[in-house]
Amino acid sequence: MLWDALTLQLGYNATLVTLGAMMLGVGAGATGTYLYLGKRALVSDAISHATLPGVVLGFMVMVAMGGAGRFLPGLMLGAALSAGLGLLAVTWLTTRTRLHEDAAIGAVLSVFFGFGIVLLTVVQVMDAGRQAGLETFLLGATAGMLRDEAVTIAAGGAVVLALVRLLHRPMILVAFDPEYAVGQGMRLARVDLAMMGLALAITVTGLKVVGLVLIVALLIIPPVAARFWSERAGHVVMIAGIIGGVAGYLGAAVSATAPDLPTGPLIVLAAFVLFVLSLLMAPGRGVLAAALRHLRFQRRVHLRQGLLALAAGQPVYEPLTLRLMRRAGLARADGVATEAGRAMAARARLDERRWQILRSDPAFEAAAARYDGLTPLEEVLTGDQIAALDRGLGPAGTV
Amino acid sequence: MGQDFVMLSLTPLLIGIAAAVACALPGNFLLLRRQALIGDAISHVVLPGIVAGFLVTGLVATGPMMLGAAAAAMVAVILIEVIRRLGRIEPGAAMGVVFTAMFAGGVLLLEQSAASGVHLDVQHALYGNLESLIWLDGYGWGALTDPVALAGLPPELGRMGAVLLCTALFIALLWRPLVIATFDEGFARAMGIPTALLGLALVAVAALAAVAAFDAVGSIIVIAMFICPPASARLMTDRLGRQVAWSVVFATASAVLGYVLAGYGPLWLGYDNAVSAAGMIATVSGVILGAAALWGPKRQSVSRADATPLASGPAE
Repeated sequence: MLWDALTLQLGYNATLVTLGAMMLGVGAGATGTYLYLGKRALVSDAISHATLPGVVLGFMVMVAMGGAGRFLPGLMLGAALSAGLGLLAVTWLTTRTRLHEDAAIGAVLSVFFGFGIVLLTVVQVMDAGRQAGLETFLLGATAGMLRDEAVTIAAGGAVVLALVRLLHRPMILVAFDPEYAVGQGMRLARVDLAMMGLALAITVTGLKVVGLVLIVALLIIPPVAARFWSERAGHVVMIAGIIGGVAGYLGAAVSATAPDLPTGPLIVLAAFVLFVLSLLMAPGRGVLAAALRHLRFQRRVHLRQGLLALAAGQPVYEPLTLRLMRRAGLARADGVATEAGRAMAARARLDERRWQILRSDPAFEAAAARYDGLTPLEEVLTGDQIAALDRGLGPAGTV
Repeated sequence: MGQDFVMLSLTPLLIGIAAAVACALPGNFLLLRRQALIGDAISHVVLPGIVAGFLVTGLVATGPMMLGAAAAAMVAVILIEVIRRLGRIEPGAAMGVVFTAMFAGGVLLLEQSAASGVHLDVQHALYGNLESLIWLDGYGWGALTDPVALAGLPPELGRMGAVLLCTALFIALLWRPLVIATFDEGFARAMGIPTALLGLALVAVAALAAVAAFDAVGSIIVIAMFICPPASARLMTDRLGRQVAWSVVFATASAVLGYVLAGYGPLWLGYDNAVSAAGMIATVSGVILGAAALWGPKRQSVSRADATPLASGPAE
């Protein structure tokens, strides 16, 4: 069953929904990256909660006009309008008053959401038959999704993705260094608007699948996870898109296997699992890599200090150092140096003495900054420079 | 009218006020410390805790659910800290990762357990059911002095009152260190105030208020009351003491006005069905904030010139 779902064997509709969710995830992951890099990830929380009054009002308007009220593009339009209003309110509160952005976000999300709930209770008594299903916008649902709706969602994701591709450069500049961006002649307000507009678009697109409480997760988790894998902004955007896409695909596919597996939460949990994997496994910034790096560094320090001790004719007692030196064949169990150990120790001592000369000479100031007690001088200076340095060593230096 | 009011409206009103004030009090400090969104995070992560508490004990009882909620709040705080440290991620994003994932887990658990014939629903968790907390034994104003009738008060009232007392005591007793640590953490440390512990205690008190209020009135009021009344109050005055007083006034006003508008507003407009009181209370608090932002005497920042909107980035 699960395998069928993952290989898209569960029928036409399930396949369509899964692909739609994947497209949505890609768009959301890529868009969210700019917000995250600009340290404004939680703005999307305000946007998503602020869609609720618009969804309900859109429904009410469509019913009042004689429609069925569940026409997805109509609801999305309403959601976009009220989310835009919420975004304006956040901007207005942060620029016109002394409140910080976090307070503005919290105020807007709770008030808009509360008002949406009020409207929802109004709708609930309007006409019991037709309102059924509006609550699914809170937590998302793909069960019984129509073909057109799935296509709308996939198309929304694709459009957002195309716009991200187009606006990448200005958005990344503004996210990293707004002042430099202004210096480059960019209109800050306009780029900001584009960034927020894209977040808004992807939020509105995802409402039906993920629900407005959780859509924010698709904008936050993939970029945070992607950041572990690369130091290059362009790559982070791409990786975030991939992570979001995989999460959308997995979540929707798993959700299709059983009736009581809600899509939105599954997509979010899939994204979270990918995040945890990134946190642990990523090379460079991952926890595992950092731990390994730390261990390697520790060993180098111990070895070096052990060699210097041998060179000075002192025995090595420290157990870790001794173990490392024995394993490398540099010392015997009683801490006395072997032949190879004596040679290495002499080299280490010479290196250390050269460094000392270097660091006392102002001419080598730049090179001296690289002293960490580990780096061999050969990696820093050329052979000629070292030869020049050796002339200052004197007879004591020739070990 | 008197009898109806006591039976149907008095207890929800009192519970609403207590919940609003209990959240607004710590909210003042969270706002100034730029941790306003902690309330948002806590009210989301409470859901998995409540569901887990239920699944472990199998009881739809308040005790285990509250314990589960408190445990979930602690787990969330620890997780946010761990992720922030291990991954060197900015706090806002770390919070976003944790609370959405935990909320998703809670919803999933809930849906799974709902299949086995139990009833707990997400809607209830989100916007509570203040209107249902009626006092069936409240036959009139006289019931307030009748011990038999008083025994029939909804238990939420006692709990919420106790939590309100706790938060008020916490803030009153630790006022000085709290104020100093909020405005100048370095100075507070130099004075020997354990700022990290104090910050944790503040979050714990906020979590306590959130969990109790969540049980009674749903999460949406919790988030609104943590932020809106203190934020409105901040636009009214420069003095922290007055700000706290204003926030209590605003929280009370939101609760009363919101409840009345939700219950009677639709009647005045000619409909005969009430709307969600929790949603209305949040809406009213937003209207108050809007008014304060438009006309509050201290709405402008003191040094507006050097506080560009971009420099005042997101939440701490």
